[in-house]
Amino acid sequence: MTSVPYKIEMQNVAKSFGPKNVLNGIDLQVPAGKSLVIIGGSGTGKSVTLKCILGLITPDSGTIKIDGEDTSFVSGDERDRIMRKFGMLFQGGALFDSLPVWQNVAFGLIHGKQIDKKQAKNIAIEKLDAVGLGAQVADLFPAELSGGMQKRVSLARAIATSPEIIFFDEPTTGLDPIMADVINDLIVKCVKDLGATALSITHDMASARKIADYIAMIHQGKIIWFGSVSELDHSNNPYVDQFIHGRATGPITEKAEYTTRRA
Amino acid sequence: MSQSPAPSKNIFDPVLNICAVIGASVLNMLASIGTLTAFAGRSITHAFSLPFFVSNLGRQMMNIGYYSLPVVGMTALFTGMVLALQSYTGFTRFNAESAIAAVVVLSITRELAPVLTGLMVAGRVGAAIAAEIGTMRVTEQIDALTTLSVNPYKYLIVPRVIAGTLCLPLLVLVADIIGVFGGYLVSIHVLDFSPSNYLYQTWDVLTTNDVVSGLTKAAVFGFLVTLMGCYHGFNSARGAQGVGAATTNSVVSSSILILIFNYILTQVFFS
Ligand SMILES: Nc1ncnc2c1ncn2[C@@H]1O[C@H](COP(=O)(O)OP(=O)(O)OP(=O)(O)O)[C@@H](O)[C@H]1O
Ligand SMILES: [Mg+2]
Repeated sequence: MTSVPYKIEMQNVAKSFGPKNVLNGIDLQVPAGKSLVIIGGSGTGKSVTLKCILGLITPDSGTIKIDGEDTSFVSGDERDRIMRKFGMLFQGGALFDSLPVWQNVAFGLIHGKQIDKKQAKNIAIEKLDAVGLGAQVADLFPAELSGGMQKRVSLARAIATSPEIIFFDEPTTGLDPIMADVINDLIVKCVKDLGATALSITHDMASARKIADYIAMIHQGKIIWFGSVSELDHSNNPYVDQFIHGRATGPITEKAEYTTRRA
Repeated sequence: MSQSPAPSKNIFDPVLNICAVIGASVLNMLASIGTLTAFAGRSITHAFSLPFFVSNLGRQMMNIGYYSLPVVGMTALFTGMVLALQSYTGFTRFNAESAIAAVVVLSITRELAPVLTGLMVAGRVGAAIAAEIGTMRVTEQIDALTTLSVNPYKYLIVPRVIAGTLCLPLLVLVADIIGVFGGYLVSIHVLDFSPSNYLYQTWDVLTTNDVVSGLTKAAVFGFLVTLMGCYHGFNSARGAQGVGAATTNSVVSSSILILIFNYILTQVFFS
């Protein structure tokens, strides 16, 4: 085993959907108690990477270790035990639309941790408050909320059980700039105060700079750059430079055009 | 086609093509029977291990059992009525009107109540289950369950399948009574039979086996309908189209399975 305590290690993870190679050998290490942000173009496989770690998608090859434990062949109760370490904010929210907001937030507490309903509701209202939602939304149904509010409920659900590892798939997309900053602070707080390990995906560079200890850039199913936030602005990597400055021309778009023309 | 450079190598080519198509669809069918069996096996195993979501079971029993009562009741009532009317018009030719009560009660309890209830529930409940679980699949709610360490089989599938298996026999029992009552109504008020005679003939011909076989069929149909709804929803393709297809497939496949298993079970019970 390595001396550095990596919470998550991915080695050469590959995944295709039919003829489409989405991940082409991802190598990524997330140190315990740190916040890693993955950046990269739309459709490059960022969400798929998270789902592979969670075991929601089975990779075609490669190994994924959580706390040094290979998760490739675990299932059933073992997997449930590993899952208990995770909280996940899905890109689309994925709220249970048959349950009111507070039961969504308290779901992991009630069913995963067997906390009684009354106490779970109090914790849920506390967490809703942390994401800037008042107690009056607690009894509404997800369909009655705006997109940004749903995102925040989903965030509250992801952190409600105070998991060791939290995944945030585009936590600030669809939020106004002020609320986005509230969420950034919340994520930082989860990592600093609770000692959680965070793995986030974002397109919002301001948010990335704020929440990240490390940044990884994914392009065409591979990690093409990894470094600390301070190194981001002088990475000498033309892909990273194009991405963080949001330029329409550069190596990323050239390659993309090349592949679409060929397809 | 007329431009093909070489003439057909073999006059059997079209036949072989048809064989290939049939072969491919048979293989497909075997593959889906395999995945379906695995799905059913997993659902059953999860039904026998904790945790068990009692409140979900209660909600599903309400949904599948209680809310199906009106449609099942209407179906049974009119089926019993038409059965009496049809047998009367047929049997008067042979002076066999006295057999009407027997025809009504036996066809209702053995065949019509279970099969028609099964089909109605396939349309009402099976479709709704497939649409609901399919939407949950497409919007990643099933993935979310897993990340919250709740097994989706235990939370979603097991309560529905158990509710279906328990509720259908109850629904069929109600349908039996209402169906016989429908036949009675027509016989008494339209065909001018004597009530006591009709009821006596009904009771006289009915055996426990008739009712039990119907209720057993109902339990099997309830299992099939909910299982197919869950299976198609759980494996729904992405997007609204995927959910639509899941719904259709669930209704079609459970209806066909009901008819097939109805034959098999009849053979088992009455031969
Ligand atoms: N279940 C699936 N079946 C088939 N293809 C999939 C599936 N999930 C993802 N893909 C494909 O994999 C590719 C990467 O998807 P992914 O959701 O990881 O993108 P992303 O990097 O998160 O993009 P975005 O920033 O837009 O969210 C996409 O082209 C998508 O079409
Ligand atoms: Mg994504």
